Amino acid sequence: MDFLIQTVWEGLVAGVLYALIALGFVLIFKASGVFNFAQGIMVVFSALTLVGTYEKLSQLGFKGFPAAMLSLVVALAVMFVLAVLVERVVLRPLVNQPDIILFMATFGLTYLLIGVGETIFGGNPKIMITKELGLPTGSTELVLPGLGPDGRNGLVLLQHIDIAAAIIASIMIAGLATFFQYTRIGRALRAVADSHKAALSVGISLNQIWVVVWFTAGIVALVTGIMWGARSDVSFGLSTVALKALPVLILGGFTSIPGAIVGGLIIGIGEKLGELYLAPMLLGSTMGRGVESWFAFFIALAFVMFRPQGLFGDKIIERI
Amino acid sequence: MFYREAGQFKTTYRDDMAVFPILQDRIGLLVIISLAIFAIPLLGSKFFISSVMIPFLVFTLAAMGLNILTGYTGLISLGTGAFMGVGAFACYKLTTYFPNVNIIVWILASGLFSAAVGVMFGIPSLRVKGFYLAVATLAAQFFLQWCFVRIPWLFNYNVSGAIEVPERTLLGLAITGPRATPEVRYLVLLGIVALMTWVASNILHGRIGRKWMAVRDMDIAAELMGIKMLPTKLLSFAVSSYYCGVAGACMMFLWYGGGEANDVFDINASFNVLFMVIIGGLGSLIGSFFGAAFISSLPTTLKFGLPAMGIPITGATAEHMTFIVTGSLIIFFLIVEPHGLARLWQIAKEKLRLWPFPY
Repeated sequence: MDFLIQTVWEGLVAGVLYALIALGFVLIFKASGVFNFAQGIMVVFSALTLVGTYEKLSQLGFKGFPAAMLSLVVALAVMFVLAVLVERVVLRPLVNQPDIILFMATFGLTYLLIGVGETIFGGNPKIMITKELGLPTGSTELVLPGLGPDGRNGLVLLQHIDIAAAIIASIMIAGLATFFQYTRIGRALRAVADSHKAALSVGISLNQIWVVVWFTAGIVALVTGIMWGARSDVSFGLSTVALKALPVLILGGFTSIPGAIVGGLIIGIGEKLGELYLAPMLLGSTMGRGVESWFAFFIALAFVMFRPQGLFGDKIIERI
Repeated sequence: MFYREAGQFKTTYRDDMAVFPILQDRIGLLVIISLAIFAIPLLGSKFFISSVMIPFLVFTLAAMGLNILTGYTGLISLGTGAFMGVGAFACYKLTTYFPNVNIIVWILASGLFSAAVGVMFGIPSLRVKGFYLAVATLAAQFFLQWCFVRIPWLFNYNVSGAIEVPERTLLGLAITGPRATPEVRYLVLLGIVALMTWVASNILHGRIGRKWMAVRDMDIAAELMGIKMLPTKLLSFAVSSYYCGVAGACMMFLWYGGGEANDVFDINASFNVLFMVIIGGLGSLIGSFFGAAFISSLPTTLKFGLPAMGIPITGATAEHMTFIVTGSLIIFFLIVEPHGLARLWQIAKEKLRLWPFPY
């Protein structure tokens, strides 16, 4: 029983991270209709910038919390510059092109970011500066009386960084919701999401909105990168894990922020349970290994068969 | 000046509907085909044939397959790599069970297996489309890749888990295996590509192709006009996966000569083929050739071309540069011509018709 709880907890934590990546996708998709494939690499790139800047600073003898904060500012600045560049160089000339062309352009962006990132920071995995950023490390063992095997006390291991990740993610999502709901730019963002043409006609600057939205996605990417980097390390391998955010998207719906969160949690838990319980039961312990790589997609597929627009997605209305 | 259609009259409907209505185009095609058959094997070096021409032809097949699905039917698939893998494994199993049947037969038959798999994973296309479908096809990619590793029956219980290509001959010449020369493999591949291009062209210019294009342009309108979604979309998946499967079998047997399928047919292969289709031009057969030539030769060109031009470049930097250059080129081409190289080709031909006059 304690193993089950541990599994669910691990799934939940992974789910929060999937949800964060999916959130980045959703933000950009809502505001510009671009399926931003580069979100995964943006996570890696922002985290690398953070760690890389800190390394440079510590070589100059500037260490600890202030240096980490300075690196954070630098990383945010880099994400802002990236947002501006993407809007200027990629999105503006491609306005009004079919979705798939814009999708391909973000592919190009992915390659570009991988190349630039590896050239500047090198291809080796880096260790996230968790302690320097003031994030908690270590873990707590939770004793669950009577839930272990044979009626003994069960143990559940909670990493502090995971708890921090969950809290920070909730704060960020709340912040984003407030930003979308109550600020002037947030309202403009929602208008753009509804209809580009209508938004343009009432005087909302699409270009400005796109910069804001890509920058927001960059911030989300940075936070995701920090959390994920703290769990393993910062390397380009992370960007393939980011593909896991895609089933979250079809499960939750491409245009729904709550969908991204709920979808992330469902996928995270479902995947861990599938890997540790369902697959060994159905396929045996040797065959059933590694189902994690596709199980999430099948959960999403099963949902899609019944709700093509995802759990919370807008109803798809088509006109001729 | 020389590319004129003046004086070429079409007197029958047959002439009017020809795929190459202009005489100069037909001559050009013959020149290209004869160059490909005679000049390249005779004059090209072994290196050029085995690391430029063969990859180009293999990827052309795959790009054609994906173009049928994405360019002509408007369904995005990210599972191309896995469908190619199914073809490679099917061919491997078939040729180990029936070693006496000619390998070319098995290469062409292996596509049927990936067609069947493709139809299975194409079923969600009846419910969702666009990016939802793209993500749904990722399920195929990851699931099949998992199968390639976890089901030892597929690679005949090899310890290495890799496909070991046996030697097979045609008319006494080795066409697969270690003793096959690049020239022979190239010519076999050229034959397969030519045959399949001809078939694809005929399918696409016929009733089926027109149905697919109707579905691409607007599926609801197509349905109202009496085109059944289920057979049309699934047929597109089947034909597309067939092409990809044959491409995968060719890749393993005529190009790599064996290897671990999980690395070759991974998601990057899917993305690469999608690049080719988009850069080449969605919904254009010749675009598949252009796109495959461009993307498949890019790494080789950068790796060997830059040092030859006097720009010193080391292994790791070359890899990073490839990423940067590929990324920038993709964005550049999309901005310059979102309809791909095929459209540039079309514009060039239009200009050539009038040249040297402005209009």
